[in-house]
Amino acid sequence: MMALIRQRLAERGGWLRLAATCAVPGLLALAFVLAAGWLTPGRLTSGTFMRTFQMVDGPHPGFRRNHAKGICVTGWFDGSGEAAQLSRAALFTRERSPVVGRFALAGGMPFQDDTPEKVRSLALRIMPTHSGEWRMGLNNIPVFPVRNAADFNDFLLASRPDPQTHRPDVARITAFVARHPETQRALALLKARKLTSGFANDTYNSLDSFTFVNARGTSIPVRWAMIPEQQAFPAAAQGAGRDYLFDDLIDVLARMPLRWHLVVTVGGAGDVTADPTVPWPAGRRQVDAGTLTLVRAESEDGGPCKGITYDPLILPGGIAPSDDPIPAARSVVYARSFVLRSGEPETTSAISRAAIRSGDQ
Amino acid sequence: MRPIEHFPLFARILHWLMAAMILVMLFIGIIMVSTVEPAYHRLIDLHRPLGICILLLAVVRLVNRLLMRIPPLPETLPPALRLAARTSHIVLYALMIAMPLVGWGMLSAEAYPVVMWSDFALPPILPHDPTLFAILRGLHTWLALTLFGAVLVHLAAALMHGLLLRDDVLPSMTGGRRHRAVDDPAS
Ligand code: HEM
Ligand code: HEM
Ligand code: HEM
Repeated sequence: MMALIRQRLAERGGWLRLAATCAVPGLLALAFVLAAGWLTPGRLTSGTFMRTFQMVDGPHPGFRRNHAKGICVTGWFDGSGEAAQLSRAALFTRERSPVVGRFALAGGMPFQDDTPEKVRSLALRIMPTHSGEWRMGLNNIPVFPVRNAADFNDFLLASRPDPQTHRPDVARITAFVARHPETQRALALLKARKLTSGFANDTYNSLDSFTFVNARGTSIPVRWAMIPEQQAFPAAAQGAGRDYLFDDLIDVLARMPLRWHLVVTVGGAGDVTADPTVPWPAGRRQVDAGTLTLVRAESEDGGPCKGITYDPLILPGGIAPSDDPIPAARSVVYARSFVLRSGEPETTSAISRAAIRSGDQ
Repeated sequence: MRPIEHFPLFARILHWLMAAMILVMLFIGIIMVSTVEPAYHRLIDLHRPLGICILLLAVVRLVNRLLMRIPPLPETLPPALRLAARTSHIVLYALMIAMPLVGWGMLSAEAYPVVMWSDFALPPILPHDPTLFAILRGLHTWLALTLFGAVLVHLAAALMHGLLLRDDVLPSMTGGRRHRAVDDPAS
């Protein structure tokens, strides 16, 4: 064998052939390393977001990297049949689908205090019996503060607390906003929103735009909101106790079911879908697609919302992404957050099982 | 001089088709997890069904392999290299079956729908279990890197036979003929 190799190398072009033998796998390996981004550590990936959340909120193993403080809820969704002409998703027909949801506060601090102006969220997993499920994460703000993932990463970094004062550095935020007029406009809308007294009477918005596709194959741009049946009271200046928003929710759910209407807004000509900082004009066609009923609150610890992630691209047939760049970024980043926390030790969340039991009484 | 013994046509078609598919899958996988652009969504939508296709083809290929007579390696090849060739083929088979199974299994343990196309999803093959998911997700990455490494070594070995030694190994899989200027080294 060695003799044969020596003989072949001695032939004309032998060394060239050896070079080609090594170069082809070498180039393929190089292409792989480039594709993986291992030579370009500055590339924005889900890993970048993990580092950013850790820098902003500190390490909190076992918890969601964002919207870390939360509670599980369960109930069902009754399709009204009215959105069935817009999307062929089965859950829009007059059918009842089980729901596992999660109320949370935005931010990666699992033990932060509840305050009226913190961004509240409602995440839902709607599971029709015989067809594709739908997951969504909705916030109680009218628009998202940034246009795309790269800007969100910069925005998070700009708003990170100063290590000395433990408060956000106003100069850094001002500098970001100065570079991003769209963020300035969005933050003004956020500030002007009406703060309600709690989770139960708040409105939650998709912010991102998606596409509905009906049985005839017609596509339309949509956004949607969960509008409460519960009467909205204005927020008190500050509630009682550091978990008052969650405690109130547990109390009310122990007494009665809570209902929201899934109201779908159809985008008109010229409405932007690629930019969640821009609201759609009032007066757009709206369809009441069905009613969400929530009947039970549970702690995340051992609860049904802990071991899943509300990846906004888990969509049934009949609902598709639009040209909004944020949902794809959310999808890959939520998957990353989910695998990290799933591999970390068990945690006890701020709203523990004990807290829920006392609420039930 | 005895004629080249080729792999049967069906085995050759499977080999080259799957070689292309597996390389494409490795690149799709590594690109999609390192982007936050909308391409992520399109790539993962391709990744799942293509991976399941590879699983189906790999099963067909394994059965076919066990049934067919395969061309002997050149007699000049020392026993250590024969063993290496055999082992590497077993490793390649194991990985092209394990990779898609781990992918399917991890989505099951993650409680993600294993969507093939818009309205069709495969059933889960494992119970919903986040801890198991975290392990399988790590395994999917490490097996993918091992598979890529094994493919590189396999490719280097094939080129070594085809370009440098110019024996019958590469033509046995391409269906080509022996290099004319070269005598049968065994004779
Ligand atoms: C690029 C932009 C965004 C990034 C990087 C991001 C990141 C994250 C992460 C890492 C989580 C935790 C996921 C988990 O571990 O399960 C999360 C949760 C959440 N996000 Fe986002 N997010 C983004 C945009 C948005 C937008 C536009 C919304 C709007 C409606 C939103 C709503 C939510 C909600 C409701 C949750 C909580 C889900 C739950 O309760 O489990 N996010 N986000
Ligand atoms: C992803 C890529 C690839 C995989 C998974 C793969 C897998 C295999 C396997 C399992 C065998 C054993 C024969 C069989 O059962 O089919 C084989 C044989 C072979 N492959 Fe590949 N292959 C790949 C790419 C390539 C490439 C790129 C080349 C050449 C440039 C190549 C050249 C060969 C040759 C020459 C043989 C015959 C070896 C012998 O005679 O024992 N393969 N390959
Ligand atoms: C031959 C088959 C396959 C190959 C070569 C392959 C390869 C890869 C690679 C290289 C990655 C990136 C790993 C990383 O760097 O973390 C990946 C990720 C992934 N693969 Fe596969 N894969 C295969 C089959 C499958 C199948 C059948 C499924 C599901 C049905 C699947 C689902 C996934 C998922 C969900 C991810 C992670 C996406 C994320 O975390 O954002 N794969 N795959």
